[in-house]
Amino acid sequence: MKAVALQGISKRFGEFWANRNISLDIHEGSIHAVVGENGAGKSTLTNIIYGMLAPTEGTVSVMGKTVRFSSPRQAIAEGIGMVHQHFMLVPDLTVAENIVLGDERSALFAPLDLSSAVRNIARLASEHGMDIDPHARVGELSVGEEQRVEILKLLYRDARILILDEPTAVLTPSETAQLFATLESLRKSGRTIILITHKLDEVMAVSDTVSVMRRGRVVATQNTAGLTKTDIARLMVGRNVLLRVENPPETPGETVLNVRELTWKDARGRERLSKLDFSVRAGEIYGIAGVEGNGQSELLALLWGMAEAGGQSDGSITLLGQPLDGRSPSEIAALGVSFIPEDRLKHAVIGEYSVSENMIFGRHRERRFSRFPGFDKKKVSGYARLMTERYDIRYDTAADPALRSLSGGNQQKIVLAREIDRPGLKLLILAQPTRGVDIGAIETIHRKIIETRDRGIAVLLVSAELDEIVALSSRIGCLYKGSIRHEFQTGEIREGRSREQDFEKEIGRHIT
Amino acid sequence: MQKKSVTLLMPLLAIAAAILLSAIFILLTGRDPLMIYRKMLLMTVGSDYGTGQIIFRSTSLVLTGLAVAIPFKVKLFNIGGEGQLLAGALAAAAAGAYLPAGTPPLAAITLCSGAAALAGGSVALLAGWLKVQYGVNEVISTIMLNFIVQAFVSYLLTWHMAVPSTVHTAEIVESAQLPMLGGLTGWWKKSPANLSVLFALAAAVFSYVLLFRTRTGYEMRAVGIGPEAAGYAGIDANRHILLSMAAGGAMAGLAATNLVLGYKHYYEAGLTSGIGFMGIAVALLAYAHPLWIGASALLFGFLEYGGLTVNAYVPKDVFMIVQAITILMILVLPKTLSRKNT
Repeated sequence: MKAVALQGISKRFGEFWANRNISLDIHEGSIHAVVGENGAGKSTLTNIIYGMLAPTEGTVSVMGKTVRFSSPRQAIAEGIGMVHQHFMLVPDLTVAENIVLGDERSALFAPLDLSSAVRNIARLASEHGMDIDPHARVGELSVGEEQRVEILKLLYRDARILILDEPTAVLTPSETAQLFATLESLRKSGRTIILITHKLDEVMAVSDTVSVMRRGRVVATQNTAGLTKTDIARLMVGRNVLLRVENPPETPGETVLNVRELTWKDARGRERLSKLDFSVRAGEIYGIAGVEGNGQSELLALLWGMAEAGGQSDGSITLLGQPLDGRSPSEIAALGVSFIPEDRLKHAVIGEYSVSENMIFGRHRERRFSRFPGFDKKKVSGYARLMTERYDIRYDTAADPALRSLSGGNQQKIVLAREIDRPGLKLLILAQPTRGVDIGAIETIHRKIIETRDRGIAVLLVSAELDEIVALSSRIGCLYKGSIRHEFQTGEIREGRSREQDFEKEIGRHIT
Repeated sequence: MQKKSVTLLMPLLAIAAAILLSAIFILLTGRDPLMIYRKMLLMTVGSDYGTGQIIFRSTSLVLTGLAVAIPFKVKLFNIGGEGQLLAGALAAAAAGAYLPAGTPPLAAITLCSGAAALAGGSVALLAGWLKVQYGVNEVISTIMLNFIVQAFVSYLLTWHMAVPSTVHTAEIVESAQLPMLGGLTGWWKKSPANLSVLFALAAAVFSYVLLFRTRTGYEMRAVGIGPEAAGYAGIDANRHILLSMAAGGAMAGLAATNLVLGYKHYYEAGLTSGIGFMGIAVALLAYAHPLWIGASALLFGFLEYGGLTVNAYVPKDVFMIVQAITILMILVLPKTLSRKNT
């Protein structure tokens, strides 16, 4: 039985076709992945299935029945549910209250009796191996637990077809494993799961079938079993993609960044960094591997002079002998440090500003860009154009549009271009540099990072993606509970690259 | 992105809608809307004096509008225009009254306007400092400062500065008085429109240049849009909070040049009432853009004076409905119409 069948689905927005002539079948009791780069049309397609958008052309059938949704309400009535990338939960209410919100099944002014709902929720949760307390306040849950609440919302409404949009984007490796176990359980119970993702590892790990989208069309729908990651990447981008860039041997020089016995207690007195010890030399990439929450954010904040007020630090951070602790971000930048934060949309750019205005953001005081009383427009746009060419950034250069209209990968490239090209750069700090970035752009970014290293710059890479750490690092520091538990040296890493899976498992042991 | 022609059509459509709706209200009061509109137009844009009155009022409103717009770009809400303008007015009147009679005009006007800007700016700066130092919400502090300034000015006027048996200060020295345009150029004779119109225009242009053509403005707007990103980029948010509040307060204070230097030549109790608050509406209608504030100020000036001209026929309260409908239409109509297109 086909849970969802699409026939000739097209969706047009003005002049732009977000979806073009899409026909595919998703079978009941299967996990179907929909992959594609940003802008390929995945969200549009699933929004059509979910009733948030009406197709311009084509038909949708659910469980053999042709349907015409004019709102998600109708889709929900047909057993379809969606978990969005950005959760829609009310932090002040409990898990049970959030789940029944909108479907309270009681009269308007009657007292709200949640006891049967709570029982229902507890049953559904245990049936599928989800650990959740119905009386917990949502505001106090972890991201993985919040996601479970979102899934339970769907199950509570008897969803038979669940659509999940980039579910693992915000999860730790162990939470991801738990999610997959839940999805397997749901599939066994006969439910159908549609997974929107760009993470090829997960497509391979958990899906039965996969549809690859490119520029609004579905270029292939196949059983996952017959495909490799490289095949899928090629279908997504339309050309051969290097999933692992070339990494020639490095020639490290003097020590640039020296972190000695760094201890940090946050404003509430909790110790986040415990005698953290590591150094980064010129011409090498030091990768810090670790599950989020083990001190990465605190370390990065201290390195950039943005540590939380009220905290207490001990130990030292020096850059070529100069102390960094206590300095402001602009002072640290002036010493030759560039920082690419993990949440670039919030912290590295101003979305409303144009591409050229963003290309100098954070470096806008450099003399080369200034002309009283503001900026030299010609020099600024000239610089932007130069960087755009060098880093292969795609957008309408003549229009110099607002940055937020560019894809995530292109935005990241702008940040990268700007920070790597900082005059007098000695240390480049990168946090999750390819999070949310398309496969095609990841290749460019990794190549640029290695190029930077080969120019003699010290690179500190903090990433939760183990394959990225393994592929790029000269040395790896395993961060666990605020200190470096183990260091892998260059030789070990080179050798480890040839047996990637095992090596990643080995690293995993030191970070959990 | 709407095409240029559509964005210009919207306000016109809104005004048309406002005229229509207001006509209904006027009908309900038993008056002929066409007669009212004709009288209004005749006595405002149709007459020299009326136009002059509109320009006079708009001049103050441009400045109190800028007082709101500049801090708004840093996501600060300056509700203290009333108090800042009041402080400026008293400062200008005091400076003008105490200057020696022989002071050359340029110096006198500079000193009085400077005093006004300084007074207004200081009041606003205080609110800014409270925010930076203690995290005090500027909406609350600026409103409260309005009351404090009002009381203080009232005290100073009543007990120290008023000319006996009056509620106004001594007249300012002649060289500090800004000539009325009617006398200078023959335009808008007998109306209070005066040379301070140039101040207002200069202030609007200055604000535009500051916000959109300087590095300071680039940093300021970045702090408003993305305070965290600005922090990471090494921008000192606190500095810009203080700067924008001071600039805003100075703008409000400068409106005193119109009222004190250009019109009454002294400060009189109640001279500045309501102008600060109306500045908030002026700024919001213009989406806080310095160059559009001019148009917005003219509209409000027109509505205000227009209401006065037909006061005998349409009671003030009903006309306030007309004003409100106009503002609502301009704010709401473009949004609802553009939503229908997606």
